[in-house]
Amino acid sequence: METINTGYLCDKFNKLQSTSSEGLISNLRAEGFKIFNRNGLPSIRNEEWKYTSISNLFKKEYHLVEDDKKNWITAKDIDAFRLPGFENANELIFVNGKFAPELSTILSSETDIIISPLEEAASGKFKELVNEHLDKSSQVVKDGIQALNTSFIYGGVFIYVNKNKAVEHPVYLYHVADARENHTLAQPRSLVYAETNSKLQLIESFITVGSMDSFTNGVMEIVADTDSLVEYYKIQNDGANASQVGTTHIRQIGKCYVHAVTISLNGGMIRNNVNLIMEAERNEAHLYGLYLLKGHTHVDNHTMVDNTKPNCFSNEFYKGILDDSSAGIFNGKIFVRPDAQKTNAYQSNKNLLLSDNATVNTKPQLEIFADDVKCSHGCTIGQLDEEALFYLRTRGISKDHAQSMLLSAFAADIVEQIKPEPLRKYVEELIVERLAVN
Amino acid sequence: MLSIKNIHASVEEKQILKGIDLEVKAGEVHAIMGPNGSGKSTLASILAGREEYEVTEGSVTFLGEDMLELSPEDRAREGLFLAFQYPVEIPGVSTTNFIKTALNEKRKYHGQEPLDAVSFLKLMKEKMELVEIDKSLLTRSINEGFSGGEKKRNEIFQMAMLEPRLAILDETDSGLDIDALRIVANGVNKLRNDERAIIVITHYQRLLDYLQPDFVHVLVNGRIVKSGTKELALELEEKGYDFIKDELSVTAA
Repeated sequence: METINTGYLCDKFNKLQSTSSEGLISNLRAEGFKIFNRNGLPSIRNEEWKYTSISNLFKKEYHLVEDDKKNWITAKDIDAFRLPGFENANELIFVNGKFAPELSTILSSETDIIISPLEEAASGKFKELVNEHLDKSSQVVKDGIQALNTSFIYGGVFIYVNKNKAVEHPVYLYHVADARENHTLAQPRSLVYAETNSKLQLIESFITVGSMDSFTNGVMEIVADTDSLVEYYKIQNDGANASQVGTTHIRQIGKCYVHAVTISLNGGMIRNNVNLIMEAERNEAHLYGLYLLKGHTHVDNHTMVDNTKPNCFSNEFYKGILDDSSAGIFNGKIFVRPDAQKTNAYQSNKNLLLSDNATVNTKPQLEIFADDVKCSHGCTIGQLDEEALFYLRTRGISKDHAQSMLLSAFAADIVEQIKPEPLRKYVEELIVERLAVN
Repeated sequence: MLSIKNIHASVEEKQILKGIDLEVKAGEVHAIMGPNGSGKSTLASILAGREEYEVTEGSVTFLGEDMLELSPEDRAREGLFLAFQYPVEIPGVSTTNFIKTALNEKRKYHGQEPLDAVSFLKLMKEKMELVEIDKSLLTRSINEGFSGGEKKRNEIFQMAMLEPRLAILDETDSGLDIDALRIVANGVNKLRNDERAIIVITHYQRLLDYLQPDFVHVLVNGRIVKSGTKELALELEEKGYDFIKDELSVTAA
């Protein structure tokens, strides 16, 4: 079957809408589906998707969570993939895109943080907040794959951090795709609101159980209010049968601080969109990324920092190490709107190619409409420093080991940005293992 | 210990060494001097095993083995140490971790167990005192932000830690002020013993004032044209390399 097949999604959509035809979410779904039908899935003729042909992943028919009569993932399955530090974390489990409170563990009290199914939040006491902020990202992200997620908002999660609360327990979101019997399409949707002066650490990881194909099309919208501190970590270390598009859309609505790190180690075809919309003055954001790829893994990191107000500071630093036939793409957009005077925006992307078949495409994209700004961008693509390799070898260190030491050193800049210690050590170990001499 | 026979070497198709013979025994210190372009660095490079350099003729035997067949890391494990003229900076790799790895790889090669953490730190402390290197330099990445003198001292410190059978000091004195030179030379002198041989490649006499070599060889245009004792170095200092060249043309004529 060689043609892109999305017709069956129409039936699924109709079925979903029939279960709840009123309210905010239902309306958003309807809007989303209109856009999906109009635009279709992004093809490689779309500049933003030039190197990442996700539409090809839709030649097969996927099983959706709405088809599930029962959840076949058990607590025991989850033990196999808990992240270090889990004993101290709020653990949210998503199965095939649907938040599963019964499998999740919330350690924090409700005075600090409220975690509830999105549907409940949309009709309960957070109704106004959800109405105001849910799906703001679609005003900026207008492609078909975003619209597809919106068309199927179901079983999402709402995370609300109370004013002045520093949440002691990091929030781990485990996205589990059950691909044991079917190809599975998981479409998690999250809305996170960090109130004034709150602190939150969010960590997303992805696990596919089974060997059929999984496609996770996720959207997380984060709203960060004045004086809040939001740390966001995404760790991608799933199988070659696991592909995903993940959009993390962060709006800094008051002067606050965002620290985001994306670590991609393994998977099929991956596209990460990290959007930082600075909607207030004097915002600060740091975006880091590391993609250490082998086999045929394809990771496309698109970032967008939108300076709409003056005096904001952003720093982006992404590094790639590509081996075998892997592919890396980096596109960093920086917008500086006419009012955004005194913007400081920095961007750097450094890549090391370890094999003839590995490829990287890197493109900074700065659109500057204010005249009193400091912006810089730089990208490098190279190989390991031969002189450094030779130096290590003349001290008796084997060529492979020397290479591995230099690669670790290269990756260290980014890994050290993972602030929660158990997670940082975990990622360090994964990298040491990956770079180990055979 | 080291036997260089009729070595011819070239780089980028250009012939640099045109027949070098040199015998070095344990316990000896040999100085190799010569004007710029004479092939001093090339000699150091082929002994260390730089791939860009091609040995077109001749042989090198180290401790009875064919050295040219060995990879750079195996030469090091067998007991060769090269103190670089321009040591490279390697950000992100800790100096301590690097030396520990090198030491343990050598021990593994010789069938020994790796050094435990306590013994390693003890060894570090001992050698740091020996070569007068500051502890603060060792917590940093290799040579990162080091001054010229600090880099050279780091080379000698590594030599002290790795205890080679044959050390080649490639223009170790270049870029050093008087005090730095004295410290580096003292360090090298402390590492001299009957089991170890040292080849000092240098331009100038001054390092040799401290090191007092057993033999001095003059390299001109890829050949060793004259060998002597340390008095030869003093003569060169006084008369310059031209005197040798004149001597050669007189002999030729």
